[in-house]
Amino acid sequence: MRLAVVVPAYNEEKTVGEVVRSLRPAADLVLVVDDGSSDRTAGVAVAAGGDVYSHLINRGLGAALGTGIAAAVARDADIIVTFDADGQHKVEDIPRLIEPIRLGAADVAIGCRVADRSRMPFSRRLANWIGNALTCVLFGIWVKDSQSGLRAFSRRAAEELDIKTDRMEVSSEIIQEIKRHGWRLAEVPIRPVYTEYSLSKGQSFFVGLKTAGRLLFNRLFR
Amino acid sequence: MLAIQILIVAFVVFALSRTVVRFREGSLTAAWLVLWSAVWVAVAVAAILPQTTSWFARLVGVGRGVDAVIYLSIIFLFYLVFRIFLRLQRLDHDITLIVRELGLRKKAGEAGKEK
Repeated sequence: MRLAVVVPAYNEEKTVGEVVRSLRPAADLVLVVDDGSSDRTAGVAVAAGGDVYSHLINRGLGAALGTGIAAAVARDADIIVTFDADGQHKVEDIPRLIEPIRLGAADVAIGCRVADRSRMPFSRRLANWIGNALTCVLFGIWVKDSQSGLRAFSRRAAEELDIKTDRMEVSSEIIQEIKRHGWRLAEVPIRPVYTEYSLSKGQSFFVGLKTAGRLLFNRLFR
Repeated sequence: MLAIQILIVAFVVFALSRTVVRFREGSLTAAWLVLWSAVWVAVAVAAILPQTTSWFARLVGVGRGVDAVIYLSIIFLFYLVFRIFLRLQRLDHDITLIVRELGLRKKAGEAGKEK
């Protein structure tokens, strides 16, 4: 089965090279979406052997995922994985992640960060819990890690996936799509890598607040 | 007439003319032309005959005419802002679709050249 890994990247020149290099042996396609980066993300990704798609201007995580998944589908991928560019995800988790889809037991798989309590900072755990709670209230399913960036889609799910949100609320929108289409979801435990660098990325409290606001608005009025 | 009344009526005449011009050139639909014209006329009426605001206030159970006008204005403004916000969301999404198309095409072009 043709495996494509989509790596949305915005100003990740420090880590995207290593991420791409580690992914190359593990996947048939490594598609990096450079979301209007102002640094050398695109150049670094190309040099590392990645297939780079560029957005002229920064549109957000949702937009980058949409482009990457569309490209993967166009290139006949059977399983499509989304993978962070900041080094938080481990390539070794991918085989376990896609296993349920490979076997036909699930349409979507989400890597759930079951932390040992000591490793995940409390603020991040709290933020994740709030994200999960909001997603559950708005869309009706409790996902153990709704904000996780490590996901896998079957080709069918990827074709039907309609991402309308541009920014980080896409994580919750994907949950909504799962509910809407009735896709079978597999939650696969993973261990995130928390370096100082990857911790500085991700949602700050204020950004999280804005994301929650957008989610609420979209749910109520669109 | 008080000075403020004259100023308001003058402004309404100006606003009405701008509304009609925009409609003629196609920036406004007929529905919006009617709505905004009604708004401006109501403003002029309220300015020339302040008693109408008192009458309206009594009608809806609010103390003073001015209060009723302010409440209405705020509600109307909220609604407008809401509509603008929706419009911006739509535009945002449209821009993303364009940027995506450009990105996909550029890649297809590069792939074509390599072959």
